[in-house]
Amino acid sequence: MDNARDNAMGNASTAAAADCVVATRPLLSVRDLTVQFRTRAGTITAVDGVSFDLAEGETLAVLGETGSGKSVMAQALMGLVPRPAGRVTGGQIVYDGTDLLSRPLSYTRKLCGTELAMVFQDPLSSLNPVFRVGAQIGELFRRHRGASRAEARRKAIELMDRVGIPAAARRVDDYPHQFSGGMRQRVMIAMALALRPRLLIADEPTTALDVTVQAQIMALLAELKAEHRMSLILITHDLGLVAGVADRVMVMYAGRVVETGGLREVYETLAHPYTRGLMASIPALQGQRERLTPIAGSPPDLLRLPGGCSFQPRCRFATDICRIRRPELAPVPGRPESHRAACHHVEEVIAHGVPG
Amino acid sequence: MRMDRATERMPHIADDRAAVDPVVDPADRSAGSTRSAATRPADDMPPAAEGRRRGRPGGVRIVCSLLVVASYVVAAVIGPVLLKYDPVATDLSVRLKPPGTRLPDGSIAVFGTDQVGQDVLAQMAQGARVSITVGVATLVLAGLIGVSFGLLAGYFGGWLDAVLMRLADIQLTFPSILLAIFIASILGPSVVNVVIVLAISNWVTFARVTRSQVLGIKRRDFVDATRTLGARTWHLVIRTILPSCTASILVVATVVLGHVILAEASLSFLGLGTPASTPSWGVTIANGRDYLSNAWWISTIPGIGLAVLVISFGVLGDALRDRFDPRMKSL
Repeated sequence: MDNARDNAMGNASTAAAADCVVATRPLLSVRDLTVQFRTRAGTITAVDGVSFDLAEGETLAVLGETGSGKSVMAQALMGLVPRPAGRVTGGQIVYDGTDLLSRPLSYTRKLCGTELAMVFQDPLSSLNPVFRVGAQIGELFRRHRGASRAEARRKAIELMDRVGIPAAARRVDDYPHQFSGGMRQRVMIAMALALRPRLLIADEPTTALDVTVQAQIMALLAELKAEHRMSLILITHDLGLVAGVADRVMVMYAGRVVETGGLREVYETLAHPYTRGLMASIPALQGQRERLTPIAGSPPDLLRLPGGCSFQPRCRFATDICRIRRPELAPVPGRPESHRAACHHVEEVIAHGVPG
Repeated sequence: MRMDRATERMPHIADDRAAVDPVVDPADRSAGSTRSAATRPADDMPPAAEGRRRGRPGGVRIVCSLLVVASYVVAAVIGPVLLKYDPVATDLSVRLKPPGTRLPDGSIAVFGTDQVGQDVLAQMAQGARVSITVGVATLVLAGLIGVSFGLLAGYFGGWLDAVLMRLADIQLTFPSILLAIFIASILGPSVVNVVIVLAISNWVTFARVTRSQVLGIKRRDFVDATRTLGARTWHLVIRTILPSCTASILVVATVVLGHVILAEASLSFLGLGTPASTPSWGVTIANGRDYLSNAWWISTIPGIGLAVLVISFGVLGDALRDRFDPRMKSL
């Protein structure tokens, strides 16, 4: 892990020397982030030493199955880890040059809304059921910008219009339960973007939605992202969904990053057996219809992680070394520097060919 | 059609909507609704017929009980103005007259007269004033204490929760009327003291209900979502969590209000409530107790009046719960 960090630091400093300092400093820089939960059965490490950088205007897709720690990582970034059970036990979250973890939680809270914002998975439960949506959107302007009631209402209508809610002027006085799932998610996006944050974290924004609506929401997110020039962390388990939107991909398994790199780098040459498994389980629209290949076994029990590589019990490439030593995230040989994978048998996995 | 259904479900927003509607260009509106019908299938899922059949539960009960309560309030406000009542006046020539007797001064004692010749109806109107004032004042005081304790305990948890809730537990181990008698005998009889006594013995209900609501609500996504939009703790507690608890608190309030009015009458009956110069229903009922065999109306009619009011509050609370509960669950 130290190696990886030194590498990243080294890269950053050489790049900084070559270029202007401000331009290359990432907006968000996460180092060795570790989040643990104390449960009655024992302590589990939901996020285990995750590191990544996010540049201004960049989109990072975080992929993984349920329980891979991707949502907990998002909670940690926003300072939402449920306490007292959960705790960020280590690492750094450097946002715009400030380590959020070394500051009190109230500092992160101050950034919320204006700098950081989040879109949640279930748009019904993340809107307050007892207030009209217009009031909920408008409240942001009233609280943060000191807008008057009428002005806030006008801006709410404007914003609802912008995110594609038909007849916004009439819908502004409806309650959340009067909206459909897709429309609710549009309202959530409107609220998250109301104060023009620089970083948006979207935690499975389309999981609770109809397939037909998913594409619309993703298109909206991509559009607004470009318009506001903000950075986006897109958390999902749907690899197809991110293909059109993301710049970089980070695949997580059992709380650890197993593969990361540029979208094309990763999708062209899958270097980790888990990523391959994820890919193989997506139905292809073109070509011959084949049986989908699921990943054998089930997601790991974080209380009883296997020794060595966490993925080893489900992996067809596993050998003795996988059961003994945990592979570190390292550059994939013969690939661009930014493409990294944590596997002892990278060459073998790549040689096996791209599935699908 | 969509709008009709929405109005039906949410009658209280109908006015706002009417006010907004003229702003919308008709063409735009029709375009909007056809588009939305196409893009939002989920919204059109529950057919209008189902919404009508399900209706709004408890409508009749809410209206009837509110009418009864309203008539008591009206009687309390204007009754004493119309029927002059002097608590120290006595007219022994007309004592213990049955209901409907025509008195020498030409008036009719509709509910009869008591043992010193006072009109029972006038006494009841005066008593309604005292009872309702005490009831509402107690409700506000107990509600303020209970709801704030419940919010604090539920939201912050930890030792604060432990201390406040153990306090509530300890208090619940005493029968509330016994506690009220105990405190009243220390403070002495006066209207203000009755309010204090009853508030102390009734805040627990509010605190417990509020706390349980807060515990459920604070884990909901929309609280986290509000947090990620930059809301501070107090904003979260007062403006996000509390509004979601109001339905339950309202239901508790109606139940407690009936209970408090009854408790005030009990205290007064026992001579620990309002002093004799401010005749509440409890005082009137207590006074008539000695004459139950030959002048049943002195105790019975105020008693029935009290029972009807308390039952109305009970029905109201029940109906409100029916109306708010299913919605709160489905949210």
